[in-house]
Formats: sequence, structure tokens, C-alpha cells
Amino acid sequence: MPADGGIGASTKRREDVRFLTGLGNYTDDINIHNQAYVHFLRSDVAHGKLNRVDTRAAEKMPGVIRIFTSKDFEGVGGIPCGWQVTDRFGEPMQEPKHPVLAEGFVRHVGDPIAAVVAETLEQARDAAEAIEMDISELPAVIDMAAALEDGAPKVHEELSSNLCYDWGFVEENSAAVADAIANAAHVTTLELRNQRLVANPMEARVAIGDYNRATDEHTLYTTSQNPHVIRLLMGAFVLGIPEHKLHVISPDVGGGFGTKIFHYAEEAFCTFAAKAVNRPVKWAATRSEAFMSDGQGRDHVTKIELALDKDGHFLALRTDTLANMGAYLSTFAPSVPTWLHGTLMAGNYKTPLIYVNVKAVFTNTVPVDAYRGAGRPEASFQLERVIDKAARELGMDPIELRRKNFITEFPYETPVAVAYDTGDYNATMDKLIEMADFDGFEARREASAKKGKLRGLGVNCYIEACGIAPSNLVGQLGARAGLYESATVRVNATGSITVMTGSHSHGQGHETAFPQVIASMIGIDADQVDIVHGDTAKTPMGMGTYGSRSIAVGGSAMVRAAEKVISKAKKIAAHLMEASEGDIELKDGQFTVAGTDKSVAWGDVTLAAYVPHNYPLEDLEPGLEETAFYDPANFTYPSGAYACEVEVDPDTGKVEICSFHAADDFGNIINPMIVDGQVHGGIGQGIGQALLENCVYDSDGQLLSASFMDYAMPRADDLPFYDVDHSCQTPCTHNPLGVKGCGEAGAIGSPPAVVNAVVDALQRAGHDITHIDMPLSPARVWSAMQG
Amino acid sequence: MYELNITRPETLADAVEALGHDEAMALGGGQTLIPTLKQRLANPETLVSLTGIAELSGISRDGDMLIIGGTTTHAEVASGATDYPALAALAGGIGDPAVRNRGTIGGSLANDDPAACYPAAVLASGATIVTNTREIAADDFFEGMFTTALHDGEIITAVRFPIPQKANYQKFDQPASRFALVGVFVAQTADGVRVAVTGASEEGVFRWTDAEAALSADFSPTAVDGLNVSADNLIGDLHGTPEYRAHLVKVMTKRAVAASG
Ligand SMILES: Cc1cc2nc3c(=O)[nH]c(=O)nc-3n(C[C@H](O)[C@H](O)[C@H](O)COP(=O)(O)OP(=O)(O)OC[C@H]3O[C@@H](n4cnc5c(N)ncnc54)[C@H](O)[C@@H]3O)c2cc1C
Repeated sequence: MPADGGIGASTKRREDVRFLTGLGNYTDDINIHNQAYVHFLRSDVAHGKLNRVDTRAAEKMPGVIRIFTSKDFEGVGGIPCGWQVTDRFGEPMQEPKHPVLAEGFVRHVGDPIAAVVAETLEQARDAAEAIEMDISELPAVIDMAAALEDGAPKVHEELSSNLCYDWGFVEENSAAVADAIANAAHVTTLELRNQRLVANPMEARVAIGDYNRATDEHTLYTTSQNPHVIRLLMGAFVLGIPEHKLHVISPDVGGGFGTKIFHYAEEAFCTFAAKAVNRPVKWAATRSEAFMSDGQGRDHVTKIELALDKDGHFLALRTDTLANMGAYLSTFAPSVPTWLHGTLMAGNYKTPLIYVNVKAVFTNTVPVDAYRGAGRPEASFQLERVIDKAARELGMDPIELRRKNFITEFPYETPVAVAYDTGDYNATMDKLIEMADFDGFEARREASAKKGKLRGLGVNCYIEACGIAPSNLVGQLGARAGLYESATVRVNATGSITVMTGSHSHGQGHETAFPQVIASMIGIDADQVDIVHGDTAKTPMGMGTYGSRSIAVGGSAMVRAAEKVISKAKKIAAHLMEASEGDIELKDGQFTVAGTDKSVAWGDVTLAAYVPHNYPLEDLEPGLEETAFYDPANFTYPSGAYACEVEVDPDTGKVEICSFHAADDFGNIINPMIVDGQVHGGIGQGIGQALLENCVYDSDGQLLSASFMDYAMPRADDLPFYDVDHSCQTPCTHNPLGVKGCGEAGAIGSPPAVVNAVVDALQRAGHDITHIDMPLSPARVWSAMQG
Repeated sequence: MYELNITRPETLADAVEALGHDEAMALGGGQTLIPTLKQRLANPETLVSLTGIAELSGISRDGDMLIIGGTTTHAEVASGATDYPALAALAGGIGDPAVRNRGTIGGSLANDDPAACYPAAVLASGATIVTNTREIAADDFFEGMFTTALHDGEIITAVRFPIPQKANYQKFDQPASRFALVGVFVAQTADGVRVAVTGASEEGVFRWTDAEAALSADFSPTAVDGLNVSADNLIGDLHGTPEYRAHLVKVMTKRAVAASG
């Protein structure tokens, strides 16, 4: 470990001290003098026509300040979608309006109809119960295939159907892929569902609107992963508030996992209502509300076909996917099953021909959008499952089949439009084999059998794409935002440093890891550096944190700004030492002149910058503060190989994870301990998906898994001790830190490992089972075993 | 939560008096009732907290009987019912430490959740529910999901458990709530074997009498091999079909017999 707490040090997370001692400042910890409370009256039917919403009696209830319905939002924009997908035929996707409060129709259970602002929360709830409503229930569409049938009830009357888009990628490959599949020696087909998930960050969403009549300034405190994005979307598209009058603050945020990227109606409502009632207005979701209003994840139904030659070389891959959008288009929803999914279908393999078809479908369910991994777990799951099935069908070792098809030369252009800069898939596989003791498996299997348990081993690879970029490319793909990141490095007079970053930390550990980078660059103690984030008034315009982009994109912006700072500091140092700038070196916090024993300390230079008595004022401005915006040249491509061993109880179908090994290549690593934690958390969520979690609606659109009584989150005793390694490092070639990002890898790589292991256990026990849909609950595994 | 009053009587008599008013409700550990109130699914005017009444709490031994006060918490039973280890183990497997430190045996029985653990112990042990007015045999107490023989305002003051020769509870967790997807309590006494099943039936806890007969004749796991549980009237939900639950009843019964000590 570097002694200076710089790059490579497993420094403990400094933010944990405040989180673990109750000193965190979460949005719900913020209470503003004179604040009022909102309660949203939400639809309890999945689809209905709103004939009448009568608030007269409710308005007379004690404590009521004002009740809002869609009438109050006439002339206000809808909640915008941030990504426009173009379909196979060159047409834009169907994009329905998403009103702040339901206008004429309700389209999912939880759709907000009215909002009561009152002195207390309980008074707001009392009044909401007194609102009289007349809703004619309409037939709901829940199942995606049924939603696409002719004559299916439409989620949005004004659209031509429930099809949002029919996307083909790469459309020109379609015929060649069909040809290759028709003529291949072997084709393996698998139909599967990547079930819907609820992200369930520990902190539920909260929004507080505040309006200052003196300055005409709006402030929104919100549990967001990207406050600037919210400011832009809400200010420009919904409420028409210019940025200089709109201040968005996301203080400590208790987990996001994607679901706090999106701009939500409740945020726009609180901002709007605060001005309308001239009081701060606070909303805090209950867990029940979170289940029916937080953007949900996954929900793909896929058929995948892999064509191979007789030796097991992959020839072509075709997928047909139905992707659920829910009732409205959430902020980045259209991009998830397309650009974040189709582009990853090559995986770690040299499949020459790939065609991906995705039909995105509206249903009367909560909107679906990015959830940890966002599209990439769906891609990796189907690919790694079909390869496993192919290996069994061909009687080949699943590892050998993978190795045979690994991409080994980089950079590599995939047939799905992306170019991998670096990677070494054999190295991570070798590492995995070393870690996981496959040779000892047979003995372990026998030991399990003695206890009456069926043991299985699952292996898979994954590739991920982090730090989606560059902006000019994503713009062509339909993004209505840029995907750069920003940082300001502000050096204070005595040499300490404050970094304002556009990245947002909601559990990732930026406050610890980012200073390590600066510490290494300058040679000062990391304690001398602090991070400021999550406040549009303090940081330059930034795009926030998701898609494992923070260190790769935000960290790079910080490096660029720090480089500018160092370059200026060298000029000052040259002046102080009466040397030429080109001879100045910076090491361990000391500027020296090459070939001499002259030196000046970092702190002396920074002081000179702010007390410019002895300073080249004619050549340089005083001060030491620089900003950089960094727009990456490409995605980064972390990859890895995972192995899972399970025991299945044949009497009950219960799966227990015995071991989990992960060999990842994240390029260079800033803080190995934080990386371990990110991988552990990701694998935990992946195991949650594989074994436990399932968001289920009945055919009327009622959410059956609407609380933790029925939605199974993974708990500590569901999870094994992980064995993770990230010593295989092929640094990214196009960012200054050579980093790739590690936030989603665990969640992408682990579900196929678990399912492969369970299928392996059952097959070894003689069951003719090729697939079980997730979650592999005891009941499902048992019923699969019954044939 | 709707607005309500709360009283904390110190004697049983005061509690009975307070519960005599309309719209009053007993409050035990609140582990079921408080979430219900927060969701506005109940609207009592007054909550009568029973946990301040000293005489309702504690564990004592009376001959062959273990007597557990109505407000004794799951944690107290887990650590204190040493004379009846299967019961202590059951209590120690309810919920999590927070639930066990608040939740009470009286509250659990009065609530009679179809997936709760205690009803299986009470029914299999042939225990007696003691209230402020009478004694109710376990066989007469449970009347279906969330319904018992208790009258409005009646308070469970204690439960009297005859201590069996051998007993064991096997709980198969529902993956989300970790209540019993199926729980089976087996108790062997001088009078024979009783087998009570929770979590499985639309009608709440029930006795598997075929297994009782088989195990009374031969108290070994294989004794139930030839038996089958009908899936009729068993619960089917996200976590398992009626057929799966029927299967688990048998598996858990065998395991309980094997583990009985
Ligand atoms: C997270 C969680 C997990 C749980 N897991 C399990 C589990 O695995 N197994 C299990 O069995 N249970 C489980 N429970 C339920 C738990 O055991 C509750 O404590 C129990 O069901 C209710 O007991 P209480 O004392 O909290 O009653 P309360 O919630 O206070 O009351 C419940 C009902 O009983 C009435 N009542 C309370 N005391 C008396 C009395 N002495 N006489 C008459 N009526 C009374 C009340 O009026 C109310 O109607 C769980 C609960 C939670 C929150």
C-alpha cells in the first residue's frame, strides 16, 4: 500500500465515519422553517378513465393549504424522456405525454392523481381520503405479448398501439444472420425472462421544494444521482425555470442503483407547489410508495439463438426481445434495451454476425428504466446462458467453448458498433481457475451428496461498457444530453484543495477515492483534499453518477483540471526559484529545479498564488483554480470471469450458494478496498436477482410484491463470503487514469453464474433441465425437478 | 396513522376496563398492529398497551406445565423456556432481534396469522390459552386465518403448555417475509403424537391427523412415507403452489421427527 494514501491505497472510507455515527445529512434530515407536507393520492387501479376528481370537501379539512390536480398543471410540460430511439424503419419511437399529475386517465397503480399540501402529513393524508373520485376502470394490459396483439387495450389512447419502438441492430446484418443460422452445423436456442426488479435503495426518495420570493429563486432538495440533470430536465422541459433561478441539491443519498437518476413527477410537483403556496413543501416516499413509483428494472422476455460450427466456433447470434417500458417513458428508459444492451451482445467473443431485435412495449405498470447494469446484465445473462446450453448440447467443456471463441486481439471492433480498447479474457479465466479450485469440485460434490445435497458449478464471463460516451456519438444515438463530466480543482492559499466534481456519490466512496488521485498527482496527503458534489450552485455543470462512470469520466475530468493547476503552479515555482519553467519538477509536494538542489514546497507556491507579493503578475493571473470538462473518446470495457458453486436441497428445491469467485479486470485501481466493496455489493444484487427478487403484477395490474413481505431482498445469510480478485489489469487506453469502472460488474456477471450452477447441479443429478427462469426460488426449482 | 389515544394500565383490571370501551384495542409488542396502523388499515380510538402489566409477563413452571405470560416476548421465551427447548427454539426463529424483543406470545396468538409460528406450537402441544375470563383449549382456539375464539376486549393472560416428551419445530422460510411458508410442529406425549402445520392452509393452522396416527404407532421419519397431504385448500401464492406446500408439509414433518429430542 502506498504510504501516502494515494493511488493504490486501501484507504478506509472517510465518509463512513459520518454515515455510521448518524451524522449523515440525507434529504429527509432537512427541515425548513414553515415547511408544509405533501401527500399524493395515487391510483389504486392499473388503468382507468378519470371522470371526476372533486376536492371541495377535502379542501375544508383541517390543516389543508391547497389541493392540486392536473388542472393546476395546464401549460406545464410533461415529464420528459431523455433519449429518443429511432426504429428499424427510421421512424422515431412513440413518445406519450407523461403529466405531472394524471390527466384524464390513470395508467398504473401508483399514478398520482392529486396532491394535498397541508400543515402536517397526517392532515394531508386525512384530506386525501376525503377527495371524491369517479374512475371508470378500463381493461389493463400487463403481459407484453398480449399488449402487442391486435385490438389489445391501449395504454395511451393517442398512440397507434402499445409498441414504443421496433429496433433492429444492426439492421443490415439481419439477412446474413438469418442465413448463417439456417445453414449452421448447430444452433442452440433459449427462451428466457429477465424478470422485473425493484431497486429498493435503503433511502426512499424525498423531495423538498423551496421558493424565495425575494430573489425569485427555486431550490429543490432531492435524492438524486445527478442534480444538474434534474435541473436541466425539470427547469427547461417541465416548469420553465431558467438555470440561474433553479438550485438543485442532492446531499447525502442513501443508495441509488439507477432508480435515482430519473426525473420524477414528485420533484417537479414540490418545486412548483412551493411557489404556488409560498411555503417550503416536503414529500418523503413511504416504502409502499417506492414500490409503486420508483423506476423499476429489467423486465425483458428474450429468445436467443446461437449458431455454431461443428467445432464450436460461434458463427452468428440472433436475439428477439420484448422490453417492458411500463406506462410512461422514464428518463433514460428507451436507451436501456437498445444502446446499453444490443451493443454488448458480442460479449467476450468473436461472433462475426449479430442481430438484435427489441420491441419496447407500453403496459399498465410502473415505468421501467436503468437499474444497476442497465441492459448489460440482460445482455450478459442471455449470452452466457445460451453458451452454457450450447456447451452441454455439444458435449464440450463450457470453459473450453468460451476460450475457443474469446476475442484475443485488441483493439477489437465488434459487429455491434463498439470497439473494445483492451482486455485479456484468458487472463481473467486463468485467474478464476486458480482461485476457484475446480480440480477439487468432484470431492466437494461427493461431500455434498453425502449430506443429501446436489452440488453444481457455474462459470461465465461478462463484458461491460462503462462511461457511455462520447457525447457526439450518443447524440447520434438519440441521447438528449451530453455525457461528459466536469471538475474544478480549487487550491486554497495554504495548499489544501477542494475539488468540485459533477460526479455524485451515493455510496460509492468518491470522497475517499477522488482525493487519492490528487494526492498522488501532487504528492500531498489525501487528507489535504476534499470533495464537493451534489449541489448545482457549487459544482460546474456535471452529468452525475450512473453506468460506472465516476472514476473513468469524473475522475478524468478531475485529472485534467489538476494538470492545469500543476502546470500553472510550476510557472509560479519557476518564478520563485528563478528557474526556467521547463526545468521544474513536482514530486512529494516539492517543486525542484532539475539538476540543482533548489526546491520550494507546494504550500509556498500556493500561498504565492494568493498573496502575490513575489509573483509574475505581468505573465500570470493570481489564484490557483482550474476547471476541466472531459468528454471520453470511447466507453471503457471492464470484463471478468465468475464462478459459483451451489448446493440444491432436492427435498425442498432450496439453493444455497457455497462459494462465489470473481476475477475482474477493471484496468488500474485507485482504492482496492472500495473496488472490493463495489464488487461485493454488485454480486449481492446479482444473487438477489438470481435467487430471490421478483416484481410481479397480477393480470389486473395490481402489484403482488408490493412490500418486503413479498418482495425478497437478499440478506446477509443468503450470501456467501466472496472471493474477489482484480489483479488482472489491462488499463484503459483512452483515459488519463487507465481506469475502467467497477460499479456494475458484480450485478452483471453474477446472475448467469448462479443459474448455470443450479442447472449444472440438477443435470448432474439426472434431471433433464436446461433452464429455469429467475428467481430460482425453492418453489420454482422444486417444480422444475418434478418435470 | 390516524390520531389515537394510548393508555398504559398497570393492572389487568384496568386493562379490561379500558378495553370495555368501543373502538379500544389491545397493544402487545406492536409488531403487527403498529404497521397496520401506519398504513391506516385500522382506526382504533384508544390503544390499551398491555406491556406495563407485570402479572402478564414471565415464564413459570407448574408441575408438567410451562406457563408463559401473555405479554412475554419472543426473546424471553427463546432464552427462558429452557424446560421446553423446542418452544424456545421456535421463539428464537421468529423474525429478527427487533421483532423478538418487542413481539409477544399473546399478540401472535390473538393475531393468528396463517403463517405465524406460535399457533403450531400451541396446537401441537395441546396447550391452553388463558384469558381474563376463561380457559380455551388449543383445539377450540384457532378458527381460521386471522380469526380466533377470542371475544372483543378479551385478553390473553397466559398460555399453559404441557411439556411433551419429545418435540421439534421445522420452519421453511417464505423467502421474503421469512414467516413460515410451511412450519410443522411435532410433539410426542404419553397420549400420542400431535402434528400441527402452519403457513400452508387457507384455513390457518391445522393438525395433520394421518401423520399423528402413523407417528403414534411408530415415531420415526419413515412412518409418514406412505402418507400424502392433499393440496386442496392449501395456499397458492408468489412463493409456492398448493402442491409445493403439500409436499413441504411432509418433508418438514419428517425433519421434525428426525430432530425431535
Ligand atoms: C419483520 C417481522 C417478521 C416477523 N416474523 C415472524 C415469524 O417468522 N413468525 C411469526 O410467528 N411471527 C412473525 N412476526 C410477527 C410477530 O411475531 C408479531 O410480534 C406478532 O404477530 C404480534 O405480536 P405483538 O405482541 O407484536 O402484537 P401486536 O402487534 O401488538 O398486536 C397484534 C394483535 O393482537 C392483539 N393483542 C396483542 N396482545 C394481546 C393479548 N395479550 N390479548 C389479546 N389480544 C392481544 C392486538 O389487539 C392486535 O390485534 C414478524 C413480524 C415482523 C414485523
